[in-house]
Amino acid sequence: MIHLEIPKKLRQVGDMAHAVAEGMFRPISRKYDRFEHAYPEELDMLRSILQGMADGGSGMGADGLSQKKKGKTKEIKNGNNMAVVLNMMEICWGDSGLALTIPGQGLGNAAIAAVATSEQKKRFDGKWAAMAITEPDAGSDSAAIKTTAFLDGDKWVLNGEKIFVTCGERADLVVIWATLDESLGRAAIKSFVVEKGTPGMKVTHLEKKLGIRASDTATIILDNCRIPRDNILGSESIDTKKSFAGVMQTFDNTRPVVAAMSVGVAKAALDLTCELLNREGLSFKYEGHRFEIPAIEAEIYKMEADLEAARLLMFKAAWMADNGKPNSKEASMAKAKAGRVGNEITLRCVELCNSLGYSENHLLEKWARDSKIFDIFEGTQQIQQLVVARRVLKKRSKDLK
Amino acid sequence: MSNNYFIKPMSMALEMLGRISSSEHVNRWKLREPALKLVYQGMRQSVRVGKFVQSRYVAPKSLKHDETLKKNILPKKDRFDLTLTREQQMVRDELLKFSKQVIRPISRDVDSGEVSSDFFSQVNELGLALSGVPEAIKGAGTIRSPISNVLMAEDLSYGDMSLAIAALAPLAFVNTMTEFGSRDQQARYLPPFTDENFFPASIALMEPEARFNANKLKTVAVPTNAGFRLNGIKCMVPLGMQSELMIVFADLLDHGPRGFILEKHYPGIHIEKEKNMGLSASGMSRIVLTDVEFPVAALLGEQEVHYSHQRMIDLARIGICGCALGTCQAVLDFVIKYANERIAFGEPISNRQAIAFMIADMAIELESMRMLTYRAASRAEQGLPFHRETYLAQLMCAQRAMQIGTDGVQILGGHGFVCEYPVELWYRQLRAVGILEGTFVV
Repeated sequence: MIHLEIPKKLRQVGDMAHAVAEGMFRPISRKYDRFEHAYPEELDMLRSILQGMADGGSGMGADGLSQKKKGKTKEIKNGNNMAVVLNMMEICWGDSGLALTIPGQGLGNAAIAAVATSEQKKRFDGKWAAMAITEPDAGSDSAAIKTTAFLDGDKWVLNGEKIFVTCGERADLVVIWATLDESLGRAAIKSFVVEKGTPGMKVTHLEKKLGIRASDTATIILDNCRIPRDNILGSESIDTKKSFAGVMQTFDNTRPVVAAMSVGVAKAALDLTCELLNREGLSFKYEGHRFEIPAIEAEIYKMEADLEAARLLMFKAAWMADNGKPNSKEASMAKAKAGRVGNEITLRCVELCNSLGYSENHLLEKWARDSKIFDIFEGTQQIQQLVVARRVLKKRSKDLK
Repeated sequence: MSNNYFIKPMSMALEMLGRISSSEHVNRWKLREPALKLVYQGMRQSVRVGKFVQSRYVAPKSLKHDETLKKNILPKKDRFDLTLTREQQMVRDELLKFSKQVIRPISRDVDSGEVSSDFFSQVNELGLALSGVPEAIKGAGTIRSPISNVLMAEDLSYGDMSLAIAALAPLAFVNTMTEFGSRDQQARYLPPFTDENFFPASIALMEPEARFNANKLKTVAVPTNAGFRLNGIKCMVPLGMQSELMIVFADLLDHGPRGFILEKHYPGIHIEKEKNMGLSASGMSRIVLTDVEFPVAALLGEQEVHYSHQRMIDLARIGICGCALGTCQAVLDFVIKYANERIAFGEPISNRQAIAFMIADMAIELESMRMLTYRAASRAEQGLPFHRETYLAQLMCAQRAMQIGTDGVQILGGHGFVCEYPVELWYRQLRAVGILEGTFVV
């Protein structure tokens, strides 16, 4: 039966995350926006909490995301994927920069959970893993990466430059995408786990950014970095017939999570805007024809409708993952919608609130800066549109570029 | 109760007869015969007036409380879910087949405004109105299901929004009755919808003003000795010319907006077919009411049911959103096929990002409209507050549906502008989204 409300059990998860967002993140939000490269030590406690929960089997971290296989039972599930997106939405309502730098919750952790062997999972258990894909000349076109890996005896040797690595400096491990043979295209791209402190891997630079300043964004140079042979994730062999589906599938699961980040930030902006406008005499009762109400009220409702849509698309994608339904199109739809409306809403809220929106006395201007990245990383708006278009038009990548 | 309006004139006539027959003046002047004749004429006339207003819909019995449709249907498990029930899926499959095989092929022809009675016979076999009538009066309905009704609007509009509105107009009447009508009214006015012939009926809410406000109606109902007298003009009433029954909404003096059950034969009603930008096959008409007398029993809900005008408006807004979903899906499916086949500069135009992205955005916004509409409908079905959700859904649909309509024409270029292709028809139909009120109460 069509039912689009969040069930009580999940709501409780969301409420808990909201409490963390409000109690722990909001009070330090402005601080780490100003002190861009300072380490948010307040979050170490959160790591213990989350590790404890994970060890207790909550499956709530980035490693809890996975495509559930279609089970024998036909019963509809509201599982981990839904819990994670709800959690992320609420946490980012607090502070999305801090959300990206929660110790132990890196994108690399999701990759390890998806592709690692059980031996590797044991070895890397409890470690915070960053993911390094992008290079100066390869962003959206991740198949064009030039970082190389070759086998020397029983060690892999990595050479290359990675940029925009979230938590690249703070994480315990970095998952590096490198190619075994550039001439063989994407089939030769593999991921390798490099522990922090390994000679040959060096963080050379931390970016100054428009937003999510609390999250560190690193440039990493690999100069003959030698790692154990069994640090490769997945198979060593190059199967040119296979597309790089395995790791890409991780992105089907993380796209709704990024959508959640965008929805969370936008909701924060809309909530505060309504609060500020309430104090100045405006109330929002959804009364009156949309053309006959004050323009400012109509703007709020328009934003709210778009945000609601983004939120429901995000939950739909996560629900499909929980129920073993392939969700590549829906995941991209969710990220595309959330990315663009999240940015529009946060910017509009600054505008609606005038100098209060523009001032650093409120967090509105910060959210308007933070939101932009969610329409860019993990697949830009344009890449999401490309994915959706290809699915809807049934096109191969060589036809629709 | 239903006989109030002709007992009074009859009793007056009898009283007059009594006085005359006992009058010595009449007997003395041999005026008895002519006097009796006069009285007879007078009485026949008053009974005729009374009969004019008397309903020809007489219910053998009223509905018992447990024979009405169940409301506030909760899901078995508290889970976020997008799965249709088995019944909904069956109906969906059937209606989509009907849309593709019966509706879509005639959709261009009926845009002239002429719809064959054959079509309505076929529609009647679908049992749409029947699905909303309680089982106790030979219907097929057990629960009030706004979600099922939205799906019907979506699936029939996929064929053609005009014909969908026409086909669903009787169900709109039925839903309004089962939602807001008294048990007597349901027993009296719902049986015709179980007939083997299509029984046209409509909802009349809109009024011809640029600043029309569904909550502040200009059509007025004034209480009289016999019931109510209505004056006003209603517009964009589907199947207006054919409908035997309507529910007309008017502002009842000192009470606010209420519904009144109108039977076509009441004197003072003038109906005119309208010409609009689109939706001509739905038979939109203007209804002018000049001192139309309604019996007391015509008040929707009578004294039994608490009427919520906002609820009615919201249920109808969800209905139009449903129509928008189906029509937009038609546009999307059509442009996908066209763009994949149309060659320009050596390859299909769907290989170009400008076109492909426009189509991707259409798909994303249609899904957005769908999620908001379904959520509003599911909350309405479960008895949860749904006014905010409906407001947002309508806002989204009003904006995005037309965008999809205009993008649909754009993708076809010059071909989109001519009547040889359906996108210009859908463009004209989609502009009504955001304007229509009260058309299809789910």
